[in-house]
Amino acid sequence: MAQISRRTLIKGAGALATAAMIGKPALAADKIKVGFIFLGPIGDYGWTWAHNKGREAIDAALGDKVETIYVENVAEDASAIPVIRDLAQQGCKLIFTTSYGYMDQTIQVAGEFPDVKFEHCTGFKRADNVSTYNSKFHEGRAVLGTIAGKMSKSGTLGYLGSYKVPEVVLGVNAFALAAQKQNPAATVKLVLIDSWFDPPKEAAATETLINLGCDIVTTHTDSPGPLQILEQKGLFGFGQGADMSQFAPTAHLTAIEDIWGPYYVARAQAIVDGKWASADTWDGFKEGTVMIAPYNPAVPADVVALADGVQAGYKDGTYNIFTGPIYAQDGTLKVKEGEVMADADLATIDWFVKGVESAS
Amino acid sequence: MSPEYIIAAIVTIVGLTTPILLAGLGELVVEKSGVLNLGVEGMMLVGAISGFGVTVLTFSPWLGVLGAAAGGAVASMLFAVLVLQLNSNQVATGLALTIFGTGLSSLLGLSFTGRIIVPFLSVFPDALAKNPIGRLIFGYSPIVYFALIMVPAVYWFLKSTRAGLILRAVGENDHSAHSIGYSVVMVRYAAIAFGGAMAGIGGAYFSMVITPMWAEKMTAGRGWIALALVVFAGWRTGRLLAGAYFFGFLMWLELFAKANGFGTTLPFLQVIPSQFWAAMPYVMTIVALTIISARGTAGSNAPACLGRPFLPST
Repeated sequence: MAQISRRTLIKGAGALATAAMIGKPALAADKIKVGFIFLGPIGDYGWTWAHNKGREAIDAALGDKVETIYVENVAEDASAIPVIRDLAQQGCKLIFTTSYGYMDQTIQVAGEFPDVKFEHCTGFKRADNVSTYNSKFHEGRAVLGTIAGKMSKSGTLGYLGSYKVPEVVLGVNAFALAAQKQNPAATVKLVLIDSWFDPPKEAAATETLINLGCDIVTTHTDSPGPLQILEQKGLFGFGQGADMSQFAPTAHLTAIEDIWGPYYVARAQAIVDGKWASADTWDGFKEGTVMIAPYNPAVPADVVALADGVQAGYKDGTYNIFTGPIYAQDGTLKVKEGEVMADADLATIDWFVKGVESAS
Repeated sequence: MSPEYIIAAIVTIVGLTTPILLAGLGELVVEKSGVLNLGVEGMMLVGAISGFGVTVLTFSPWLGVLGAAAGGAVASMLFAVLVLQLNSNQVATGLALTIFGTGLSSLLGLSFTGRIIVPFLSVFPDALAKNPIGRLIFGYSPIVYFALIMVPAVYWFLKSTRAGLILRAVGENDHSAHSIGYSVVMVRYAAIAFGGAMAGIGGAYFSMVITPMWAEKMTAGRGWIALALVVFAGWRTGRLLAGAYFFGFLMWLELFAKANGFGTTLPFLQVIPSQFWAAMPYVMTIVALTIISARGTAGSNAPACLGRPFLPST
């Protein structure tokens, strides 16, 4: 069953190097080992928490054949290389590296261990033994944008993000476009805080967005901190990565839930069966990777109907928020009327749509 | 920018400033006694979980703050025993305290993850904080007022009390203080405990006021900013207060710039990338250090025995 690794006691702070302690050696040598590299603590109630749920799904489904080990709080720099390498040396046959910033490190270690299979989350570099997988979080953002566009009184929405990476840019654009479908004048103020997890900074950024007139703030960072600020101010927001309603029962309208379990179980099963092959997977509502948490009673029935409509549209393929006409921030036409952006273009997007207000 | 907006911004800046002010004040007293404790981040985290945990268990935020102070102080004692009794290297031991405090707080926090408490906000009647001016004066957690009261208190203690004079003597010349009969080790124990308690309360400001929850590593490096702040302030209490608010202002400015706050108000400032503001606290600390060293030791307020183990000849 779950082979919990020792908790990482050593943290990187400032310019200090991060080191990480790796889990205990296996007790049952006959089980296939699957390793996980986590960005944050498993108790973040967001990104890493959701990935850990996926890991637990492997334990539940394949516990008699597979054992999982994980390392949390692994920095997205060169210090990740020895941590990934160590998992491979411990005999892991499959290693999930669960953040964008592990991309080159994963490719490098994969080159050293051709017999070990790797799965890199949200990246785009693949090899014979490296798959990539991602989730169409932006489909969920379209649902949140629909709710926000309809419920915002000021028409000024806040978006608290981490870094300008395609995942976040897609989220911002999907949110803004969906909000503008409900309220053509809606604008989205964007703050990227250069971190995935910094509760005090997330809180201060949320306050700043509120002070600048935003009455709904959605978060693309991993802590529930922003929701707690919105709760105190009597405003609304959304959970990120997991249902965060326990942290803000009134402010939490709904959340995008990341459901990694089915994918992780399928890939671990493929290792057991010897049928694993390198692939690129990008699932969304249709495959169940993205889910919307229960709606807060504060969401009116007509808004719930609209939000459910977006979800249903993604499931049956009739809805795609990236359907033209789409204009960039400076007003140039990026996608012509009736055209739909291809997945390949979405995966490398680096421009914001009209109505997004950001500085550098 | 409307006055309403400026007041709201000040409230945010106060929130950003208070934890580093508290931890910085504590560290200033520690350093004045001649000890360099780089474990501020670890002590803040232990304080954050102690304060949160005690509040969850007792439903009293006041006891929570006491718990945070006690937690930070207990954590600091580990450092104190190593550097004062065993004369270990202060830099290495301080870093070890940060690492240990991070791990200990994660361990203690396991059973508190996912729980919430009522934020420890203003205890004044709501009516007082209703209008913007009232909010500016009365709208804060008691911890904010405590931090502001501690600034003149520490100043007075160091400047005008016998105990403060002894503490400074220990920091400036430990052997002389020892030779006239003061216990260098006991004074430093007391200073380190005070520093731990203040860092603990600073950490509790995160877990009890800003985001009333526990999350691992939630202080996110503020302990290091507090350390930089002490150097920036040149070991002077008044300058520490000003520096803390200046750092808090810069942290707010980064977010304000990112939210395109300059877009409508001061468009000419838009050309400055927000990363510039983010880097400013560190740049300013280097500038302050450069000025201090350029002035030579006469202009420096750094305690002469800072970081040196005390090894009495007898």
